[in-house]
Amino acid sequence: MTPTDLSPKETQAPINQMESEEAQRYYSATQFQLIWWRFRKHRLAQVGAIILITMAVIGLFAEFFGPYTGTTRVSDAVLVRPQAPQFCNDDGCTLRPFIPGVISERNPETLRMETKIDPSVRRDIYFFVEGEEYKLLGKFKTNIHFFGLKEGSIHLFGTDSLGRDIFSRVLLATRTSLSIGIFGVVIAFVLALVIGGVAGYFGGGLDYAIQRLTEIVRVIPVIPLYMGLAAAFPKEWSSTQVYFAMTLVLALVGWPTLARRIRGKLLSLRGEDYVIAANLAGAGPSRIIGRHLLPAFMSYIIVDLVISFPFMLLSETALSFVGLGLRPPTVSWGVLLQDAQTVRAIEQAPWLFIPAIFVVVAVLSFTVLGDGLRDAADPYQVSG
Amino acid sequence: MSDTLLEIKDLKVHFPIRSKNLFGGVTKYVKAVDGVSFYIEKGETLGLVGESGSGKTTVGRSILRAIEPTAGKVTFNVDDETFDLSQLTDKEMRGFREHMQLIFQDPYSSLNPRMTVRDIIAEPLIAQKLATGDEVDERVREAAALCKLNLEFLRRFPHAFSGGQRQRIGIARALVSRPQFIVCDESVSALDVSIQAEILNLLMDLQAEFGFTYLFIAHDLSVVAHISKRVAVMYLGQLVELAPTKDLFYAPKHPYTEALMSAIPEVNPDQEMNPVHLDGEIPSPINPPSGCRFHTRCPYTQDNCKTDIPKWEEIEDNHFVACHFAKTLTLKGAEMPTSVDAN
Amino acid sequence: MANTKEITKDNLLEVRNLKISFKTDEGIITAVDGIDFSVKHGQTLGIVGESGSGKSVSTWSIMRLLPKNSIIDKGSSIQFHRKSGKVVEMTKLKANSRELRKIRGGEVALIFQEPMSSFSPVYTIGNQIVEAVLQHRDVSKEEAEEIAVDMLDRVGISNPRQRFRQYPFELSGGMRQRAMIAVALSMNPSLLIADEPTTSLDVTIQAQILELMNELQEELGMSIIFITHNLGVIAQVADEIEVMYLGKILERGKTKEIIQQPQHPYTQALLEAIPRLDRLGERLTAISGDIPSPLSRPVGCPFYTRCEKVMPGICDIEMPKPTQLSETHTVYCFLHEEKDV
Repeated sequence: MTPTDLSPKETQAPINQMESEEAQRYYSATQFQLIWWRFRKHRLAQVGAIILITMAVIGLFAEFFGPYTGTTRVSDAVLVRPQAPQFCNDDGCTLRPFIPGVISERNPETLRMETKIDPSVRRDIYFFVEGEEYKLLGKFKTNIHFFGLKEGSIHLFGTDSLGRDIFSRVLLATRTSLSIGIFGVVIAFVLALVIGGVAGYFGGGLDYAIQRLTEIVRVIPVIPLYMGLAAAFPKEWSSTQVYFAMTLVLALVGWPTLARRIRGKLLSLRGEDYVIAANLAGAGPSRIIGRHLLPAFMSYIIVDLVISFPFMLLSETALSFVGLGLRPPTVSWGVLLQDAQTVRAIEQAPWLFIPAIFVVVAVLSFTVLGDGLRDAADPYQVSG
Repeated sequence: MSDTLLEIKDLKVHFPIRSKNLFGGVTKYVKAVDGVSFYIEKGETLGLVGESGSGKTTVGRSILRAIEPTAGKVTFNVDDETFDLSQLTDKEMRGFREHMQLIFQDPYSSLNPRMTVRDIIAEPLIAQKLATGDEVDERVREAAALCKLNLEFLRRFPHAFSGGQRQRIGIARALVSRPQFIVCDESVSALDVSIQAEILNLLMDLQAEFGFTYLFIAHDLSVVAHISKRVAVMYLGQLVELAPTKDLFYAPKHPYTEALMSAIPEVNPDQEMNPVHLDGEIPSPINPPSGCRFHTRCPYTQDNCKTDIPKWEEIEDNHFVACHFAKTLTLKGAEMPTSVDAN
Repeated sequence: MANTKEITKDNLLEVRNLKISFKTDEGIITAVDGIDFSVKHGQTLGIVGESGSGKSVSTWSIMRLLPKNSIIDKGSSIQFHRKSGKVVEMTKLKANSRELRKIRGGEVALIFQEPMSSFSPVYTIGNQIVEAVLQHRDVSKEEAEEIAVDMLDRVGISNPRQRFRQYPFELSGGMRQRAMIAVALSMNPSLLIADEPTTSLDVTIQAQILELMNELQEELGMSIIFITHNLGVIAQVADEIEVMYLGKILERGKTKEIIQQPQHPYTQALLEAIPRLDRLGERLTAISGDIPSPLSRPVGCPFYTRCEKVMPGICDIEMPKPTQLSETHTVYCFLHEEKDV
């Protein structure tokens, strides 16, 4: 045969007849579709994602879901035990959930105020009830709460020693802690992307200098650094200022790890055959970065972000717990846990530990979500 | 020679190895390519063979400036003008990319998995703005059709394809800018035998139709022999022999070529193989042996091989060799296969 | 084919009706679909096939070295003659049983394409051979060291005493492949499975390794299963050849029969596809089309989608039955089945 034999029939191999619609869909699927399909097989990661989304929604609308504001004190309800809603009591069952009444009295031996359940009183729980006024999302003035009582008070997670509702406070703290994590990660990430990106793309002496700088930052012991930085916050700073200062501190400590990973990934991508091919096709640096490197990079970036989240959360919690981070009246998980520092708390009011459960669940969720994303992130390794 | 498309003279590629001190001082060099010269005529295929570590891939890539050459000239003829590629800036070089392309070994890693086949093939056109609008699609379709790709496939992503199909996509990308010179770097080595034959046929058909010039780099000698008009043999960063294919295979003048030829697997079970034994290992390109680089493993080595560097000489018409004893040694070439025809 | 129940005396290994499938996300993939083969004492069986033919899977299953998601069909049988003379049914052995471990390495050894991954990077070559010898042979540590040095010497590694103390990364690819053969042979196996042992090596080293394997076989009298995708490599080493395609055997016979009188269109095409020195510059006869995906395996003869001599209505209905062309030469093709009738 000679080249002129390239008849049209021969130039087009037929598409396999047996090819199902599903296969065709798969063949023209984009990177993110493939990632999504693979992620959907990862049950645990999805559970993690759902938990985190729920937390975020609840945190965002904390004032609505919580029956009280974070600072409201109920003076006759100090250290109330968590109250579980019930449907039945001695009088029989109803469809509407209720909680039994609470009476506060002084213990004649210890002379402490103690709360007791009064099963004879029934307090019905209503949904979308009017309560304290607040601004939804900081904007819309309203007084509707998701649930609440018409008289008396309800404390699903109990109250603290000042009579504040822990459930409401935990919801508010969820918002603070998650948002501080998000800001921390985003700032750290921008720093890492610029620094690691420059080092990875240009290489050479610049890379060397940046590498050494990163190492220096990495070897500084974290706790003294935190303590130093936190002690530098002026006492007169408002809680908002402290809040933003905290995100900065977290980002400054968190970026080197991310920068290293970004640099490493860029270096390995730069040597990929298809990047060399783009180079040989005559593509300039901006086209190579924008069209070839960044898309390949996106999936890893997302995974890295999710994975570095728990670190931020835990750092914030730890710092606030030891009193170096956020200060009251700001509530975060760490701040809430400050109340649970004493032996007395463990003995008498173990429910003060409930915020810790949120920390653990959030960190675990991020970890399993990160795992799932990592497995799904490179959809080409198996099919490739 | 007026028909010369590409000529390289004394090409050197040295990679610095950083020593581990604080200031990253450079101390040693890996001499991957150390003084290689050859020319390629328009429309011919020059084969380049050698063992792993011989520097053959580096030669191909430094011609294309995918690796920066350390020294030497790479002259390239375009429209009766001659350019020294090694002197061009990166930006100027980009303008030349349309004339020269590379077909990779690995059909998996060489295609961006995140781009559709159409975008992959169109990349050279778009990156250099060689075409715009509908012309891009037209030329992509034309290139795909030449490589026997179903045009329905253009919307798909590389993960939909097998190795052979992917390699055809890679070839379509290489020819879409209508280059004159294509480096095939082990382009069929990763493919199954049946697919390999098809790709070789395709490359030869395209050459016949468009007059492409190939530098065909491979370690499989039968494949190289099949497609090349002339073949160059590389050892430790230098050429040891270059000759028309039949001369090189059946009448080699360099002991290393003889060893390579004797090692070609013999398909006929009746014919016994007698591979020449080379002593030891291929030496390190950081400290190559003195004199003739092959002297440490050469079965015919003499005293002066250790000290004198052999000259690169044309000892017969078009037959170049670098060996002190090229004229006196009688070397055995590849076995002419006796017919093992089917039926 | 005679489907006798008991393994014949000349055979070291007899595999009957082997069927292996994998559970994957996309569904169940049948990698090996009811194949038979046997290895005679002291002989070399070559298994030739392209990617997806199931050639590696079928032999790794002999050592029960398949991934967890694999299923060996209940009707499969792998009978192996142990050194003691006992015949074992390998498919019946428990996954971690003592007997299986004894056979694995001790009587059946495996070498494969990438020698680097078969060595631990943190122990010396010598250390790893000694370890293997001690596990499978009843010798003292000093004797084991002697055996190791002797083996390194035998596989053509110069300065074996010095190499003994080197780490895998200090050796070149060819040396590592020799060292891997040394490890495999130091346990004195009766069957050596070589899975593409020369594919990643340079031609000169490939030739040496092939020569070495031939020599060692003559010396030690073991049997070899040599797996490759390249018919050109196998002609020099195999006594018998089986040609596999998509999990089925299409042709089997003595090496000469397969290379000089191939009868199956696939075998013929494979041979034609190899570039040959006496036909320089000629167009190669390629096999049109691509190897089908294991998920959409053709019904009938697996090769019919690419076969030049396909007979519609025959080849795409059912798998052809074996046709015995000579005592040793069998082909699975309707072209020959018809001739017989």
